[in-house]
Amino acid sequence: MKRRSLLAGGAAAATLGLVRPGFAASHAPLKVGFIYVGPINDGGWTQHHHTSALKMKEHFGDAIELVYQENVPEGADAERAMTQMALGGANIIFTTSFGFMDPTVNVAAKFPNVKFEHCTGYKTADNVGVYSARFYEGRAVTGYLAGAMTKSNKIGYIGSFPIPEVIRGINSSFIHARKANPEVEMNVVWVSTWFDPAKEADATQALLDQGVDVVLAHTDSTAPLAVLEKAGALGFGQAADMYEYAPEPRISSIIDNWAPYYIERVQAVMDEAWESQNNWWGIGDGMVGIGEITGPVPAEVKAEAEKMRDDIAAGSYHPFTGPLNKQDGSAWLAEGEVADDGTLAGMNFYVEGIDGSIPS
Amino acid sequence: MIRLEKRPQPSKAWSYATPLLAVLLTMVAGGALFAILGKDPLLAIRTIFWEPLFGEFAWYYRGQLLIKAGPLVLIAIGLSLGFRAGIWNIGAEGQYIMGAIFGAAVGLAFYPMEARWLIFPLMIIAGAFGGFVWAMIPALLKTKFNTNEILVSLLLVYVAEQFLASMALGLLRNPEGSGFPGSRNLQQYPAAANGELIAGTGLHWGGVAALIAVILAYILLNRHMLGFQIRVTGESPRAARFAGVKPNLLVVVCMGISGGLAGLAGLFEVAGPAGQISIDFNSGYGFTAIIVAFLGRLHPVGILLAGLLLALTYIGGEAAQANLGLPAAAIQAFQGMLLFFLLAVDVLTNFRVRIGKGEMA
Repeated sequence: MKRRSLLAGGAAAATLGLVRPGFAASHAPLKVGFIYVGPINDGGWTQHHHTSALKMKEHFGDAIELVYQENVPEGADAERAMTQMALGGANIIFTTSFGFMDPTVNVAAKFPNVKFEHCTGYKTADNVGVYSARFYEGRAVTGYLAGAMTKSNKIGYIGSFPIPEVIRGINSSFIHARKANPEVEMNVVWVSTWFDPAKEADATQALLDQGVDVVLAHTDSTAPLAVLEKAGALGFGQAADMYEYAPEPRISSIIDNWAPYYIERVQAVMDEAWESQNNWWGIGDGMVGIGEITGPVPAEVKAEAEKMRDDIAAGSYHPFTGPLNKQDGSAWLAEGEVADDGTLAGMNFYVEGIDGSIPS
Repeated sequence: MIRLEKRPQPSKAWSYATPLLAVLLTMVAGGALFAILGKDPLLAIRTIFWEPLFGEFAWYYRGQLLIKAGPLVLIAIGLSLGFRAGIWNIGAEGQYIMGAIFGAAVGLAFYPMEARWLIFPLMIIAGAFGGFVWAMIPALLKTKFNTNEILVSLLLVYVAEQFLASMALGLLRNPEGSGFPGSRNLQQYPAAANGELIAGTGLHWGGVAALIAVILAYILLNRHMLGFQIRVTGESPRAARFAGVKPNLLVVVCMGISGGLAGLAGLFEVAGPAGQISIDFNSGYGFTAIIVAFLGRLHPVGILLAGLLLALTYIGGEAAQANLGLPAAAIQAFQGMLLFFLLAVDVLTNFRVRIGKGEMA
């Protein structure tokens, strides 16, 4: 395949001394790059990667140089942005969207001395590691709260795209909503976007019109909370704490915190101890945070939710513990059995009790 | 006192000079913007316009320039034919998506067969056909029911995006992708891959197609009856009718050509640089091509140059983001200024600036 020709270019650059030697050999600051899919002030996903990156920069100070590019479209443009960064001397590059997966692997093949970390993907290489957060752990807690707080026994879920990550969240929320309230039904609305305040607001309104009174969202804007506030219904912060909507309608939140991970991985590059890994961190590792439980949540519900959070963090409780059946009634997990990471990573089915089908 | 006086004929000299003037004004205003943001304006301008062409890593960027300019030029050439005749296809983005879907679907249907001589040409035909069909919807609605092609073609972009998401999640999803959205990567399927033709140049079949389109459009507009009909319809629809132009047929032809070319661009992109059908495969080429068409004065050679210039601002703009920390929004504003100044200085083509007291007060 002719696209491999850049290899030759990269090799030429290496022989010309354009590619930096290992960090220990040079005393210049380590260059850490970030490729973002959205703007750094989107209020959600990208903003949290960026604030985590800034915390990482704060931690290391002048020992590192932080470079980033925002609003990078997935596909060919992403490859160029990464190549550009690698040519510019980046030692490690974090690519923070699922759609950057193939571009990351392609570019990494051309720059064997640069480390790459791809967020939420599954393809690794010698110099490509992947990382993601076990958001489903957080969704167990918010799902539980939703089930406990609904008065109409109907909760809603705004899904972005029907990918395993989102389906895991829906299942985890539903299972734990039922734990709090066996009568609860869940309606799922798909909006085909990660960030579109207008669409998210419409979806929230549609759910309210169906009699839903607690809404969980897997999209990044605060628009659902704004709609819920007017309607007197309840919801959660997503990616960010969204505390400006507390104590109501926001009664808790799932917070992305990538800073500990970024610090650890950059440190590993500095120590020349970086290895390609598949890291999936949860509440216990500090990558997933649960925002303060506020508003009308009764003390005993709050205590129960916090206990669930702490049990998950301690590893004594797994959100996907049997007995659980798939939506079609077939058995999935036996009594006491815990889901394995492989199944979770590729999850493409609803658990029993959820209405509707996963769009395809 | 400054007065504008309408020229009897648009000035030829100014029509060539205004694009250059617009670029210069953009550099000045953009430089001021960058300075306000606390960046060295000269360094920023240099990073955007000079580095990709002659800088340290130009060997990489020059190829990227072709990759980025190819689809822009290909789509803009098609649009310009319609625009000249007053037929406004605003939905090239949707036709681009449909071309990619049709073409990729044909390629994936043959997976893992190795007959490139058969598969790749079929994909090209399917890509052009996909864009063509999508453009026929607004064209036929206009000719049959007199709907507004601007609205219909634009709104069909959003329909196409939904199709794209559905394809990436369903029909065309990679069966070996463990449930994740996105098709197989066509780059890794040699029979269907639209790779580089000459290693390191960035030139793929899409670039070749763009060049051919430029030449054919030039011949069409200057030597062919259809080109005459397009031009005369744009200048005077009434006169065109006397000259025997069938307006409905012209709508169908212009929409068909522009849709087909947009579809081709989509196919070459999906089989080449992008590699796969994914939920957000499209990145705005269809809309940017509208700017390219006007920046190039709806003239084939102008469009070629404008496509390269816009590609340069994209690639240089990214370099400025990554190396100088300029926000993405500042780069977008910079590109917007380019179109703004072009339209603004256009006044000089059609009007003469007179300073002093006018004879007719």
